[in-house]
Amino acid sequence: MSLQTIMLAVFDGVAYAALVFLVAVGMTLVFGVMRILNVAHGSLYALGAYLAASLVLGLGASGWSPWLAYPAMAAAAAIIGVVVGGAIETLLLQRIYAKEEALQLLVTFAVFMMLENIQRLVWGVQPYFVGEPLQMLGNIELGGIAYTRYQTLLLPAVALIVLFGLRFFLRGTLTGQVILAVTEDREAATSIGVNARRVFLSTFIIGATLAALAGALAAPTTSIQPGMGADMIVLSFAVAATAGLGNIEGSALTALLIGLARSFAVYIAPELEVLTPYLIMVIVLLVRPQGLFARPEARRI
Amino acid sequence: MLRRILALVALLVLVAVPFLAPWTKTFLLLALAKGLAVLAVIILLQAGQVSFGHALFFAAGAYAVAFVGRALAGGELFGLLAVSLLVSAAFGLAIGLFVVRYRYIFFGMLNLAFSMVLYSILEKFFHLTGGSDGIRVLRPSILGVTLERNGFELALYFITLALSIVLAAGVTRYLASPLGQALGAIKSNETRLEYLGVSARRVLLIAYVVSAVLAGLGGAITALMQGLATPDYAFWVRSGEFVFIAILGGAGHVAGAFVGSLVYEGIRSYAAVLFADGWQLVLGSILILVVLFAPQGIVGLWQRLMGRLSQKVAP
Repeated sequence: MSLQTIMLAVFDGVAYAALVFLVAVGMTLVFGVMRILNVAHGSLYALGAYLAASLVLGLGASGWSPWLAYPAMAAAAAIIGVVVGGAIETLLLQRIYAKEEALQLLVTFAVFMMLENIQRLVWGVQPYFVGEPLQMLGNIELGGIAYTRYQTLLLPAVALIVLFGLRFFLRGTLTGQVILAVTEDREAATSIGVNARRVFLSTFIIGATLAALAGALAAPTTSIQPGMGADMIVLSFAVAATAGLGNIEGSALTALLIGLARSFAVYIAPELEVLTPYLIMVIVLLVRPQGLFARPEARRI
Repeated sequence: MLRRILALVALLVLVAVPFLAPWTKTFLLLALAKGLAVLAVIILLQAGQVSFGHALFFAAGAYAVAFVGRALAGGELFGLLAVSLLVSAAFGLAIGLFVVRYRYIFFGMLNLAFSMVLYSILEKFFHLTGGSDGIRVLRPSILGVTLERNGFELALYFITLALSIVLAAGVTRYLASPLGQALGAIKSNETRLEYLGVSARRVLLIAYVVSAVLAGLGGAITALMQGLATPDYAFWVRSGEFVFIAILGGAGHVAGAFVGSLVYEGIRSYAAVLFADGWQLVLGSILILVVLFAPQGIVGLWQRLMGRLSQKVAP
């Protein structure tokens, strides 16, 4: 394996890890606060990608400045996060917080089925390509190979901003502290006047927006087609579970680990590419069932 | 008494219908095969666990039949079914040893992950599995007799019907046995089960292998009927369908599996025209409504109705 191949694999892996992290961190945040695993989380990623593609293509067709593509992508994420995420939480999830875990899983799975279908109805089955935002930032030369700035700089930067932003938000702001309080003990938090309902809604919207943002950012780098949501839900679960569900910093490191492992697999053993994330997950869960970075939880009995 | 009569009537209808209306044979056969896979999901639901990946075993059974049938240029039906039983049991044991360590979210999602892995293997390893075109399943002989298409399908239908009855009776007894009752204890209080000296993991592992075999047989029969095994057999949409039918039919009762899949297939063959593109949207909405308002499914609604009627009759 030459140095250049290694560099390529690292660039691929980091860019990919940044996207996976954004999805996984949203899932892990929602789980950490609400104790619900949103099976439809991957669909929000796909919807973000589709909406971003439509907006960018629409901008291109109407002759506006192509630089507006970036705000349009952010807007797509926000729209999906607030509208779709908000609707899921207020219309459905609020009714099932008290139900058994199996039923909660079933309901979010039903949402997943519905969203995949809605996505097909709106955008059809033909793949979409929006390469422009990727090319506009130009290339960067490192170690003799050219790679897009979008993937080497922008994506990791967004991931880092989200990581440190979330850390600061949860530990340094009042709203964040309130969220942590509800996570720790919902009843106690409610008794001192915290509106747990609103905390749940805003947490879910943040998580949904992060998934949609990952989708919007992924839009220029891949072909957007049916099935991307289903793939992403399983992959981001693999990341979140390997890190330990509910662990934000851990999921960043795990995303990087899995992203790199996968991109090296592409160059070394391409047929294993799809399997690497799951192999890592299975091995980690066999040795540390609570995940790499989680503290073992005392049995609550 | 009423239940016995009802079961007898249902059986007579299932036996007579292929002769009265030959076009229903395919429909009923596929519904029964799917019913077996749904029964697999229902067994795990007794322990409160939802598997979003049981299509994996459905595909394992189907591809086992396809591979062995191709190697033998046809083969013998009962031999093929036995092979698919062994293969799906082996898959169930290998994956079960891993997933029975987990509950709820992890159990459901790990099953989903494994099924996605199998799906992509079936699709990617083109030279072995034929990729997304799948493998053609040759028509095997039945007890040494080679039948033409219509006769084969009819024979397969009655074999499947007999098999479904035997398996449904077997599962009913299994669920009533201490081993089956222990599944309910996993759902309600696993710690207490462990204090009784029963290994929850072993109880769940046995259930998991049984359910893998049921789903595998369902897949094998479906592949034999359709003459084709494709990666779609392992796709999550199919796993979702099994779970959906289990909840729709009623997860508390073995009959729920078959009632559910007959109703489901019936609705689908009509609704496919009405909601050609929106089928999963309809399924998702119904699933949410059933979970929220009729958690016992069709069988539960029926039992409630019967309960109300008998109260009125005997005040």
